[in-house]
Amino acid sequence: MTVKTSPVGKPLDRVDGPMKVQGQAKYAGEFPLPGLLYGHIVNSTIARGRILHIDTRAAEAVPGIEAVLTHENRPPIASYDKPYEDDDAADGSPFRPLFNDRILYNSQPIALVVGESLELARYAASLIKVEYQTEEHATDLLTNLDQMSTAPADLPGPRGDAKQALNNAAVKVEVQYTTPVEHHNPMEPHASTVHYLPDGTLEVYDKTQGVQNCMRYLEDVFDMEGQIRILTPFVGGAFGSGLRPQHQLPLAVMAALKLKRSVRVSFARQQMFTFGYRPRSIQRLTMGASSDGQLQAIYHQAIAQTSRFEDYTEQQVEWSGMLYKCPNVTLDYQLVPLDVYTPLDMRAPGGTIGVYALECAMDELAYAANIDPVELRQKNFTDFNANEGKPYSSKALLECYEQGAERFGWSKRTMAPRSMQDGHQLIGWGMATGMWEAMQMPASAKACIDATGKLIVSSATTDIGTGTYTVMTQIAAEAMGFPMDQVEFKLGDSNMAKAPLQGGSFTVSSVGSAVQKACQELRMKLLDTVQQTPASPFSGKTPDEIDFADGWLFIKDAPEQRVKLTDIAAETGALEVEASVEPGEVRDGYATGTHSAVFVEVKVDEDTGMVKVSRVVSAVAAGRVVNPKTASNQIMGGVVWGVSQALHEETQMDHNLGRFMNHSLAEYHIPVQADIGDIDVIFVEEHDEIVNALGSKGVGEIGIVGVAAAVSNAIFHATGKRVRDLPVTLDKLM
Amino acid sequence: MSSTKDHSGVTTVATYPIAIEINGKPQQLDVHPWTTLLDLLREQIGLTGTKKGCDHGQCGACTVLLNGKRINSCLTIAVMHDGASLTTVEGLASGDDLHPMQAAFVKHDAFQCGYCTPGQLCSAVGMTAEGRAETSDELREHMSGNLCRCGAYPNILSAIEEAMPATREQLERDKGVSR
Repeated sequence: MTVKTSPVGKPLDRVDGPMKVQGQAKYAGEFPLPGLLYGHIVNSTIARGRILHIDTRAAEAVPGIEAVLTHENRPPIASYDKPYEDDDAADGSPFRPLFNDRILYNSQPIALVVGESLELARYAASLIKVEYQTEEHATDLLTNLDQMSTAPADLPGPRGDAKQALNNAAVKVEVQYTTPVEHHNPMEPHASTVHYLPDGTLEVYDKTQGVQNCMRYLEDVFDMEGQIRILTPFVGGAFGSGLRPQHQLPLAVMAALKLKRSVRVSFARQQMFTFGYRPRSIQRLTMGASSDGQLQAIYHQAIAQTSRFEDYTEQQVEWSGMLYKCPNVTLDYQLVPLDVYTPLDMRAPGGTIGVYALECAMDELAYAANIDPVELRQKNFTDFNANEGKPYSSKALLECYEQGAERFGWSKRTMAPRSMQDGHQLIGWGMATGMWEAMQMPASAKACIDATGKLIVSSATTDIGTGTYTVMTQIAAEAMGFPMDQVEFKLGDSNMAKAPLQGGSFTVSSVGSAVQKACQELRMKLLDTVQQTPASPFSGKTPDEIDFADGWLFIKDAPEQRVKLTDIAAETGALEVEASVEPGEVRDGYATGTHSAVFVEVKVDEDTGMVKVSRVVSAVAAGRVVNPKTASNQIMGGVVWGVSQALHEETQMDHNLGRFMNHSLAEYHIPVQADIGDIDVIFVEEHDEIVNALGSKGVGEIGIVGVAAAVSNAIFHATGKRVRDLPVTLDKLM
Repeated sequence: MSSTKDHSGVTTVATYPIAIEINGKPQQLDVHPWTTLLDLLREQIGLTGTKKGCDHGQCGACTVLLNGKRINSCLTIAVMHDGASLTTVEGLASGDDLHPMQAAFVKHDAFQCGYCTPGQLCSAVGMTAEGRAETSDELREHMSGNLCRCGAYPNILSAIEEAMPATREQLERDKGVSR
């Protein structure tokens, strides 16, 4: 018998890797169904007004077109707001596709053409003529600031007297940053394949980060309780785009119900710009410090856009009250409603822009006070979250600074801008702190032994590329004491045990804790069952005294005393346990978060203004890392997103039309392989027994937070220019 | 074989027969003149391993090997490829044995969501056959037609660097076989 080592903490290959590299992983728009129809969405060409008339006759006359759905002929849908309010809904009145003749934003879906093939539906859609009554629209945040009002966010009240403290501060920085609209643009466009079953119930393959969220939404909107099942075995990226049901889902269901046929609706890439996005924002910061760099006061105001029908809020300014030690803080968050769609959580929502502003301002303060940027942050470190009035359960941020700086070679940096040129290239070294919350949500998981003796664990979560299949298998294997290949984790089915949305970096902490508990309880149950046998050699044994190998349960000290797992299952029926885990009460006394220190080198071509991020070191404190291979991939991806935020991404709107202009992957810039240099990820050791039973904090967001600031700060160090408007494109540097 | 849909009306539009070898298997297909190679694969013959990310040749997710050369299958019309030989991600492995590039992608965790992966793999094999990129910077440049929104670029690069020699050997062997 070999000594078992826990798979948790090991850099294991993804369990779904072989399927993904062979093209066997099936995504929402790839399930073949008999008699499948294809829907193509028609989008509005005005930003505000009414549809006076839609002429669908020419489209309907195309042979092979089965239906054209509009607000005039769609099946019945709910009329109140409540049924449309999903788990990630913002305050307000959610958008209801094809509900009535109102146009609320440009490119709103106004019709669905359904036909025998993709090309037919798309062609017929081009024949639809729409007559509008146009109303004046407003889509520009910067020219509508007089419309702003306080966001319905739960901000901490003012702490101390920031105004007074700023007046007295020896060193002061007063700055404004602007950040653009960005779209998630996962590689897989959103799609829903609705299987219309003979009894009229629906099985829907959907691209989502919440199968039960979408199930409840459809049940409520179409009054179909108990008749909807959502299946999402694979998701081709999401980054938040799947947190709310997107409109291809109800549209596909409308068509399926109307025609009593199976229907698929996929977005074209252009249509990936017709729903949620990261909001455009203005960040205003005033910071004051003593001459030795001790923070005295922070005032941080954010002004962001939202739609006219929902007040989208995210955590943009809270970071400024919790990341550093500062006695006087005032936070403010304003929203400007515009004739646009509601923004949507996008990777590290709020933190990505709020911390960008805070960390650029910290760099400006470092220069104003002539203190090294790392030293300034170390000076203002705190292990206490003053917003919440609680200590952090753990915060190994000082170790992040130290190890990150060491790996990067920060000590060789010279402080003055433009002091590190290399021939024609200006070299810049910049850094920033990153931070995200370590949340936990209620979650459940089911564990059972199947007929072959294999451990099957399931929960209605998803795997958007984060590695959920793999890390849950590892957690289950450890908790049960099974080898990895005897464990299978299943997800992506709304019939499974309850799971929260996959977002906010809380899947490992929430679902992982439930998986662990279910397996521990199943282990107990197995032992309990074999102890019931008369004269059982297992009687009196504790769970620590037993073990499993090759499908047998045995006593560690006497391995010859064993029972075959399939025999236990056969005698007692399926051995199954469902366990639920709520965030522990012990958390109540603490604040929880992940932290990072990001170090960036840029090379700037003085003549062209071209910026290249040549290397990045990201040192992360995120508690226990379940799988260093998939976790470091998450951090690398976050860094790529941060570089993208700093240098590339911006959805540009033509405010005359109120419509996004660069709605394609050629014109909406994201990094390509050649844009990315070396990325070095360090996981700093951090033990945390408070955050959850696994001690693991999640790594989906922390990788991006702070990166755009570190890049911007590096660009200042290289060029001496502060560009306070993202992205930092070359025209702004020339 | 007539795989065109036989519903009323549409049959009045002519389809065209093509002979095409897909992953080593000769096929006779009837295609509409407007059907892209990508839609032929995904919608007509159920090979959904090849992905549609943009349908405009901007993302590379649909990259396949056409007569050994990498091509965006969304930008070419199926009917143009009578007599061609096509390899998709489903045809890279030999039975249960992963292609060296596939194995390296798993080992280096060169993906997250997996949606760009088939295109990255075909593109990497095609690039190896081209024999023009050698250094890391050249590889980065020559792989820049394949977007990865998850940002797994560093791992993709590591995987390709490791798998290129074995891929070259395999290409040589295959050439030998076809001679």
